[in-house]
Amino acid sequence: MSALESYWRENLSLIRNLLIVWALVSYVLGILLAEPLNAIRVFGGPPLGFWIAQQGSIYVFVILIFYYASRMAALDRKYGFED
Amino acid sequence: MSAEVWTWIIVLLTFALYLGIGYWARVRETTGFYVAGRGVPPVANGAATAADWMSGASFISMAGLISFLGFDGAVYLMGWTGGYVLLALLLAPYLRKYGKFTVPEFVGDRYYSNVARVVAVISALFVSFVYVVPQLRGVGIVLSRYLGVDVATGVWAAVLVTAFIAVIGGMKGITWTQVAQYTVLIIAYLITGVALSNLLTGNPIPQLAFTFSDFAVRLSQLQVELGLNEYVKPFQNLSQLNVFLITLTLMVGTAGLPHVIIRFYTVPKASDARWSAGWALLFIALLYTTAPAVAVFSKYNLLNTLANKPVEEVQQIDWVQKWSKTGLLKLEDKNGDGIYQITASRDTNEITIDRDIIVLSTPEVAKLSPIVVGLVAAGGLAAALSTAAGLLIVMASAISHDLYTRIINPQASETTKLTIARVVILLVTILAAPFGINPPAFIAQLVAFAFGLAASTFFPAIILGIFDRRMNTQGAVAGMLVGLIFTATYIVGTNYLGWPRFLFGISPEGIGTVGMLLNFLVAYLVSRATPPPPVEIQKLVDEIRVPKGAGQAAEH
Repeated sequence: MSALESYWRENLSLIRNLLIVWALVSYVLGILLAEPLNAIRVFGGPPLGFWIAQQGSIYVFVILIFYYASRMAALDRKYGFED
Repeated sequence: MSAEVWTWIIVLLTFALYLGIGYWARVRETTGFYVAGRGVPPVANGAATAADWMSGASFISMAGLISFLGFDGAVYLMGWTGGYVLLALLLAPYLRKYGKFTVPEFVGDRYYSNVARVVAVISALFVSFVYVVPQLRGVGIVLSRYLGVDVATGVWAAVLVTAFIAVIGGMKGITWTQVAQYTVLIIAYLITGVALSNLLTGNPIPQLAFTFSDFAVRLSQLQVELGLNEYVKPFQNLSQLNVFLITLTLMVGTAGLPHVIIRFYTVPKASDARWSAGWALLFIALLYTTAPAVAVFSKYNLLNTLANKPVEEVQQIDWVQKWSKTGLLKLEDKNGDGIYQITASRDTNEITIDRDIIVLSTPEVAKLSPIVVGLVAAGGLAAALSTAAGLLIVMASAISHDLYTRIINPQASETTKLTIARVVILLVTILAAPFGINPPAFIAQLVAFAFGLAASTFFPAIILGIFDRRMNTQGAVAGMLVGLIFTATYIVGTNYLGWPRFLFGISPEGIGTVGMLLNFLVAYLVSRATPPPPVEIQKLVDEIRVPKGAGQAAEH
């Protein structure tokens, strides 16, 4: 396998994993399970489903992008593909 | 000094700042005009993208919209932020590596087809024009509300300022004014959010106050006592399916909007595009996580102050008198019992709160200095002007670069190209101004249209161009056309032709997701039934997958 192919394969698996987290937080926890999760109030504040949909998911999105940028920087270095 | 004098001073100062930056950043060559010379540091590009992205509506109306929708307001919060994850992971670094000027250019080159290029140019023009009208109107409204000028004068002021910056400074001028505009808008938003949060909960950080206080639950209970919806309960205003589909359409649409994508062309390297998307979302999140807090606190405060209170007591409140005059707050003791009741029925409801009042009234409700009122006005203006400018560049480059230079006259000189781009900007703003002054009633639906279209045409075409080496012209063009026609037909049919929502009751705002899926499906089937793309295109795809060499691509 060429360097390009294995670089791309690692990139794709990273993207796939991060998109699973993205979909899990927003669509599964924030929408599909919002009603049952609303029965829980973890911080003594708003119900959990409501909190994830209006606030928590956004924090996760920010973390996902910075995590991706740093992992990709490492991957670029590993294969000597830095720009 | 009065709030009005402060507003005049702050608005004129910020306008002067934007014009000054626009003049300082004036450009003479196309690389500067289209992509700011590719020298914008990732953090600055993040701030510029945030201002580019957050429109007048995000600043002025979003918190109000959420406070009326309750839980279901999440479609805007998640939809308009989650798209950046898609941008950062799936689009930004590869488009930057490809390293040319516009989105239609990528589509046209990758699919080696002028048909694909023209479909992309038309979509880019339509999406951007539809989006620029409400921005100009936003400026008109802010200026008329705060400074008493009429809306038309306000719209023309917006046209003058944005056209000046975009015409002389191009993308470079726009980038650096957007950085200044982001600073103004976020300071204005946070000052009011912090003050309100501190006033009601004693915690000055709105995000923490929202998370660790029980205000959302108290608001929910208060609404139930008054006979309104439970605030924190999902799917009261939109069905679960629609919440799902609208969120997804807004995410994918965000990732497919050309004025957002081209901002990633301006950073020096492909790896910078990844970081830059992170900074952009962080800067956006500062406002988007404050908004749901402002929504809860101000709605609780409004209901608590107004509902079931004696008429004389309410009429004595300063901000009630002031906002009653603007017509944004309507109080009417219909049953004559001396008490204002709020109810879910239009006939018996005595308190009508325009959703724009949630943000606009906050400084006065929280008893802030009149300077802050001026700042909020300047913040709303900054949000609307920065978005308008980004859209102008998309339209100018689609016509002068993709249509004129790439198709009509490939030998055009640098000067001709720039002149055409500048004339387009002037024409577009002048054309858009009358729509901003007398907006067609369906402007909000048009914005939904823009997202649906971006989701159902651009997004799949670009994604497949990068991730599917086998995708060819036939597949991409067929996919874009099917996505475009399906989405447009459903939106036009259900909005204007009186069709029922025939597809599982899907709202027109959420149909873009279905259009996108159709696009992917048709593109795949058609491409596999037709010959593969030429070898040099497959090489191009390999090429854009690695960051290495982005510097050379910029030299083209």
